Amino acid sequence: MRIDKDLVAASATPLVLGILADGDLYGYAILKRVGELSGGRMQWTDGMLYPLLHRLERLGHVSSSWGTSESGRRRKHYTITSTGRAALAERQAQWTVVADALRQVWETAPRPATVVEAWA
Amino acid sequence: MMAHDDELEAQVDRWRGYVLRRQVISSADVDELEDHLRGQVADLRATGLDDDEAFLVAIKRLGNVDAVSREYAREHSDRLWKQLALVPDSTLGASGAPAPRWRELAVVIALAVGAGVAVRAGIAWFDDEGALARNVGLLVAPFLAAYLGWKRQVGVRTVAAIAVPFVVLAVALNVYPFVPEGSTEVLAIIHAPVILWLLVGLAYVAESWRSDGRRMDFVRFTGELAIYYTLLALGGGVLLGLTAGVLQLVGIDPEPVITEWVMPFAVPGALVVAAWLVEAKQDVVENIAPVLTRIFTPLTIVMLVAVLGALIASGGLVEVDRNLLILMDAILVLVLALLLYSISARDPLAPPALADWLQLVMVVAALAVDVVMLTAMLTRIAEFGTSPNKIAALGLNLLLLVHLVVSAWRSARFLRGHGTFSELERWQTRYLPVYAAWAAVVVIVFPPLFDFA
Repeated sequence: MRIDKDLVAASATPLVLGILADGDLYGYAILKRVGELSGGRMQWTDGMLYPLLHRLERLGHVSSSWGTSESGRRRKHYTITSTGRAALAERQAQWTVVADALRQVWETAPRPATVVEAWA
Repeated sequence: MMAHDDELEAQVDRWRGYVLRRQVISSADVDELEDHLRGQVADLRATGLDDDEAFLVAIKRLGNVDAVSREYAREHSDRLWKQLALVPDSTLGASGAPAPRWRELAVVIALAVGAGVAVRAGIAWFDDEGALARNVGLLVAPFLAAYLGWKRQVGVRTVAAIAVPFVVLAVALNVYPFVPEGSTEVLAIIHAPVILWLLVGLAYVAESWRSDGRRMDFVRFTGELAIYYTLLALGGGVLLGLTAGVLQLVGIDPEPVITEWVMPFAVPGALVVAAWLVEAKQDVVENIAPVLTRIFTPLTIVMLVAVLGALIASGGLVEVDRNLLILMDAILVLVLALLLYSISARDPLAPPALADWLQLVMVVAALAVDVVMLTAMLTRIAEFGTSPNKIAALGLNLLLLVHLVVSAWRSARFLRGHGTFSELERWQTRYLPVYAAWAAVVVIVFPPLFDFA
């Protein structure tokens, strides 16, 4: 299934912050984690992750440090900060509201048949 | 296997070169992307793909380089101007394209000559030196602002926002009945350029005057303008000196021509030319700026500590000479300029480093000097009463105190990992207009307040 671009963009920040809340990671590992969590159904353009991480860093939500990988190359690790955790909690509350409203809509409205045929 | 690795390395190298050509993706960013690419390639190879296939798939997943670098550009708009400066005019298309190089050069030369003519006319027009000193900034600033405004094609509102305060300033400086060589006149002469520089800054940032990033660009512009101007002055001085030497040897006295004609045109004209150089060749100086600040920050610390030691060792602060206080103010303003310039030259995303600690030490040393000076000033005021000079100096020192205290606090927060560097940056850009406001008070309010004495 191809997920709409805007939806990916909107969920990217809470997803990255939430993954980092579990522990420090570097870029590629974050993307792998996104893949695992969505069962491979959420595909990002990999390169877009880094400008996002840099923006979060500028906002003070994450901090970064250079380390080395197993093969001895430079690798940049990201850590969530306390402001990042606060932002994550805020996003979580917002998404809960959205998801809640959507769930009620799904329950009352029948699933559009075409989607079921195409993707089931 | 070895041969395969070589092949992959060569491919990664080519890719790096290709990506690095995008000015908005720095080499540290490419390191990060390369780490990603190699991780992806290793995982894909583990699933059975060969090197070439793995590399191709990994590159494809990384995304179209144009789209990705656009995204980088959006986040790192401070790097974007490098790219803009390097874009050849022809690629921008015929319609709505910026003026071709020769036309810009013509505008620059016309404005430089215009500034020279204005200053020369001013010298001929104003008979006393005080009036000339009050007006010389007013004669030059419009040409500089005109160049920047022309370059940005500013709208009517920006022009009005610059012109109205300019006219008010010009009227005040020329209508006020200053007592000749009184201290309010000297204060007005010293403070007027600060206001004029804010107006030039308005022409520089144009419609985006609220943007912290654009204000920081103007700080960078100011620092680089100072460097280019110094270089031009040095070069011009050498040329002039050699020419004068030759003329003297053949029996012609070059001095009247130099003081009356060459200098009035060269000094203001070089300012416009320097502004053009900064605009055109931004990426050249950018490499010098961090080096310069790194050299001068430790040296300034040494100077501040020496000055502080001398002040304390000299004992009684009441007897501190007035000229000394003025000199110390100049030193503090210089420290502040260095601080601003080094902040503007720093990559806001880089982690705290030794240079940042040195910067904090410099700010704290400047703070100590400022506190000593404030004490000296307050004792002087308590001893001898107020005067326009003392109030102006006191005001400036209080402004500096606030600026330095908050800067020290913010950079300490950043160094301990509690805040970001951009907070420190924002504080600088938001506080700067306060200096111009204070200068306006000194120029407009002080003279009537102190009877133009």
